[in-house]
Amino acid sequence: MSETLTRFALRAWVALVLLFLFIPIVVIFLYAFNSSKIEAWPIEGFSMRWINVTLSDAEVVSAIRLSVEVALVTTLLALILGSCAAFAIHRTTFFGRDAINFLLVLPLALPGIITGVALHAFFDYSGILLSVATIVVGHTTFCIVVVYNNVLARLRRTQGSLIEAAMDLGANGFQTFKDITLPLLSTAIIAGAMLAFALSFDEIIVTTFTAGAQNTLPIWIFAQIRNGQRLPEVNVVVSLVILVTIIPVLIAARLTGGGGASRVPAAK
Amino acid sequence: MIDGDPAKKAALKVLGVRKSYGPVVAVAGIDLVVDEGEFFTLLGPSGSGKTTLLRLIAGFERPDAGRIELGGRDVTSVPPYLRDTNTVFQDYALFPHMSVAENIAYGLRVKHVSRQEREKRVQRALEMVRLTNLGGRRPNQLSGGQRQRVALARAVVNEPEVLLLDEPLGALDLKLRQEMQIELKQIQKEVGITFVYVTHDQEEALTMSDRVAVMANGQIEQVGSPVEVYERPATEFVAGFIGISNVLVRDGVRFVVRPEKIRMLSEGEPAPPGMVVESGEVEEVIYVGMSTRYVVRLERGEHLVAVRQNMDALGDAERFEGRPVRLAWTADHTFVLDKRR
Repeated sequence: MSETLTRFALRAWVALVLLFLFIPIVVIFLYAFNSSKIEAWPIEGFSMRWINVTLSDAEVVSAIRLSVEVALVTTLLALILGSCAAFAIHRTTFFGRDAINFLLVLPLALPGIITGVALHAFFDYSGILLSVATIVVGHTTFCIVVVYNNVLARLRRTQGSLIEAAMDLGANGFQTFKDITLPLLSTAIIAGAMLAFALSFDEIIVTTFTAGAQNTLPIWIFAQIRNGQRLPEVNVVVSLVILVTIIPVLIAARLTGGGGASRVPAAK
Repeated sequence: MIDGDPAKKAALKVLGVRKSYGPVVAVAGIDLVVDEGEFFTLLGPSGSGKTTLLRLIAGFERPDAGRIELGGRDVTSVPPYLRDTNTVFQDYALFPHMSVAENIAYGLRVKHVSRQEREKRVQRALEMVRLTNLGGRRPNQLSGGQRQRVALARAVVNEPEVLLLDEPLGALDLKLRQEMQIELKQIQKEVGITFVYVTHDQEEALTMSDRVAVMANGQIEQVGSPVEVYERPATEFVAGFIGISNVLVRDGVRFVVRPEKIRMLSEGEPAPPGMVVESGEVEEVIYVGMSTRYVVRLERGEHLVAVRQNMDALGDAERFEGRPVRLAWTADHTFVLDKRR
């Protein structure tokens, strides 16, 4: 009797927690289709009005474009640097290997504001003008980690003898990489790339310190909310961001079989 | 220098090969000749350097000194992908993202063998290991024994000069291992490829090999046919590693008597002519199904193990521990140990 009660209580608690987490997101979605200009409950009526307004707002469109551009370039850089670093750490032993591993993972744990302030101070000191390039650099610092972690975790799970087996069967270094290493790593690399894209796309803190006059999407949203302007458009944009970030994360989780696609450092 | 049969061509020559990892000497100067078509086994306990020697032959490791020849060609500094050897790995190392057929075909593919020829040979290899219908499966859909066969087929299909096997049956259960021993030997005879087989299992070595090299501490203790290494071990290590050995010292000579050569005389039974007889007391009786092992303490203090086939059901008298016995053996069946150790 008491066991069923405990189970019921537990389920109710889980449901409450999930509701607490997801109701605000659902509300945003609903507001995106609100016909009124004012956010009030209950919603007056549903309409596509704000969606149309938002999509024809040049400011919003350019912010979306900038965010996508930054995220794409960041992902590309993170892919190259993150996988190379993972290979180096996995395959070789050298002086300072553990230190480098630590430094690579550090940006995850470091508050964004520290990365932001540090980068801002550095760019200022070196006379580098804040631009799209500095935003990309800022994002890359913490996006390398997600690729690095995913690839390294996969490398550690892969049998070392597979590489030897390929070479034993007559495959040279390049063929081994193309036929064995890359296919075995591919899902980890894709998952890492998707996470990197999602991280970069919704990043605001580091961006605040590394952007000049440029408005990425999160910065534009933040500005609107602060000024209390164009809030219905913000709801539409936020719904869009949720969709854009959630889909790659779901795919990434799928590809790595759940646990692997975490933003948390790989067990070391 | 340990020679093969001079009438045959050498498939593999290992000349003065050494390999150390830091202060650890893994292979301490080995000379070896393996004949073409021979089933050659490297037998030794873990840490004896047998796997390192195999990896040196495959090219995964470079020797610190010495030379390795395959089919008369010096391959000491040739990378593994250009050597005419193939390896069956202990963990099989099957490519998980490829089907069984793709795994087997991989070696042929990288060597640019035509698709038609490839398919033909893969099919033949699958038939050889009796997996004809499983070509489309992924390795993770196979049992341990089946994976083992795929690993073998993947190596044999390339028809290498020498096939290297690194404890390939180690992960299988006893029954399957014994079946595979027979099958491996049959396949080796059928394809005629030279096998260099690494194992720590003495029974496996004796069952399959044409010749066995017993290794310890990075060196070869003895090379010979299974009968030679069992019946006439060169050193005490070999005697002790292969089978149970009873070492005795009589008149300053150290010699070994194998347990199955010892006869237990029943009470009052006269000593057979020409046999050495010593008396003692049964200390322990170990029943192992097919036979019974008796640990006997001789009057002079040493322990001897005698084995008796259980031809008749065991009587109570024979199971009695503490009973006095007389043991007899022929001098011909003993062998004097090398004074090296």
